[in-house]
Amino acid sequence: MTDSPQTTRARIRALPIIEGAVLVGLLAVPHVTTDFQTIIATRMLLLAILAISFDLCWGYSGIMTFGQALFFGMSGYAAALLANKAGFVQLWGIVPASMFVGLVAALALGWFLLLGKRTPTIIFVALGTLTASYAAERLVAGWQWVGAANGMSVWDFLKIGSYELEPGPTFYYVILAFLLACYLGARWIVRSQLGLVLAGMRQNEERLAFLGYRVQRFKALVFAFAGMIAGLSGGLYAFHEGFIGPGSMGIGLSTYAVLYGLFGGVGTLVGAVVGVAAIETLAFTLSDVDVLKPYWPVILGVIMLVVVAYRPTGLLGLLVSRRERIGSFGIGARRKARGDGPAARPGPAAEPGE
Amino acid sequence: MALLEIRGVGKTYGVLRALDGVDVTVSAKSFHGLIGPNGSGKSTLLKAIAGAHYATEGTIVFDGTDITTATPAERSRRGLSLKFQITAILPELSVYDNVLLAQQAHRTLWDLLRSRSRAELHDDVMGWLERFRLADRADDLAEELSHGQQQWLEIAMALTQRPKLLLLDEPTGGMSPEERRATGRLLEPIREHCALVIVEHDLDFIRDICDRLTVLDNGRVLDDGTVEEIRNSKKVQEVYTTRV
Repeated sequence: MTDSPQTTRARIRALPIIEGAVLVGLLAVPHVTTDFQTIIATRMLLLAILAISFDLCWGYSGIMTFGQALFFGMSGYAAALLANKAGFVQLWGIVPASMFVGLVAALALGWFLLLGKRTPTIIFVALGTLTASYAAERLVAGWQWVGAANGMSVWDFLKIGSYELEPGPTFYYVILAFLLACYLGARWIVRSQLGLVLAGMRQNEERLAFLGYRVQRFKALVFAFAGMIAGLSGGLYAFHEGFIGPGSMGIGLSTYAVLYGLFGGVGTLVGAVVGVAAIETLAFTLSDVDVLKPYWPVILGVIMLVVVAYRPTGLLGLLVSRRERIGSFGIGARRKARGDGPAARPGPAAEPGE
Repeated sequence: MALLEIRGVGKTYGVLRALDGVDVTVSAKSFHGLIGPNGSGKSTLLKAIAGAHYATEGTIVFDGTDITTATPAERSRRGLSLKFQITAILPELSVYDNVLLAQQAHRTLWDLLRSRSRAELHDDVMGWLERFRLADRADDLAEELSHGQQQWLEIAMALTQRPKLLLLDEPTGGMSPEERRATGRLLEPIREHCALVIVEHDLDFIRDICDRLTVLDNGRVLDDGTVEEIRNSKKVQEVYTTRV
């Protein structure tokens, strides 16, 4: 059989190359930057986990969430409370506790927003998550026990046994390991047969319901997983920054999570990492130029607006085809097309004659 | 034995009475046609059976279970498949993945996550694609198929779930005469394991493949019987000669 142009295009796979290049780049960062820059890069890695959680929701499942920071912030506060009120700072406990808080919060919000009797609209979910994020921000801003508007400082370092994790290269590599674990977990989901369901859901939810899929349950499940990894990043963020405040669970950071994803390119996972690196590096660079200091947020805003408006597939859209972004899920369709896959068995009924 | 029993089903949109006291019975492994002039309620009835909207009154019993208020997913899991009037394939997925998606619909979440059924389902997916002459297009995007092939793909997706009842809403719409004939031949073998309820404007096509027909007019059952009985029905002739 002659390959169609689409088949040929599908064989040129840019994503694994980009993923490999990004990983090599991330591994090299502490070796080519100052300690201060490594600390900034560690923050980017933590925000990249948050951005991946957004990409799972919007890029893969069609859930427009403006509330990912809610799970990030709740876990951040939980970690800070564990450190400050209970004196517990062990990594082995902080990580599952942060994930648990994010998971439970996302399950609760997902149950309310996604599992109602009526199929929720994108706008309903967007406004619901936005409202939850805003309400949580307002709540902690007025709650003295958690520091109110001043937030909470975390004085102790995160520990692995008796080893203290100070912000720097070691902390960077620990966070990189968590980013990698989250990335691989998310990649496993979106490349599995569940990923095919998600890809179908994005195109035509109603059709999938008629095929027998309980679409909203799948959405709630992905939302919960995304909340869990957002929670993980929030818990670690509180220790890395030594601080967690109302802004870390509000609409500001939630909106940034959306922008990271859209800027880098949703539906690719690695686009979320690229989006964080691009926006944060731009912000860092622009804010450091004397002449631009008063204007840098405006310049950054315009750049983001241009990319989001004129390049809906984000920066990764320049390199990754739509076909590759959506992916292919069968085991042998392509091999079969090349003639080296398992031979197709005759169908259950006779071939119709002409 | 009746596979589908529709009793006194009505559907109202605001002031419009789209269906009014409709009774239809479909036997297992039979091909049942719904015909009638435009606006007679054929598609509305099909959608009420599939769960695309709910009947305002009456009951729909499928395979011994009342499904009147069941969700589309629940109906599908009970063995009911639908092919929409407007082709509803997943255009940005490959032809292969469209069939795989339909095939794996009733798998558990854990199965889907482990992807273990991928190898298991491969031969079956290719078998269905062969049967519907789509095997050599397996790797192409579904949106790249011709209209007739997209219709076939959707029928293949519906059949791959091995339903007890297949609902087809105008399956030959926009097809060439040759494609219509091929569609008839593709559907014939499913009679062994599946009943069919079909809405179609091509009366020759529907007469060729159906055992029984129900004629709807203004949301009510005008007549019901075998193809021959309907062909000779005075009431039906009157409607078709005066309004069609």
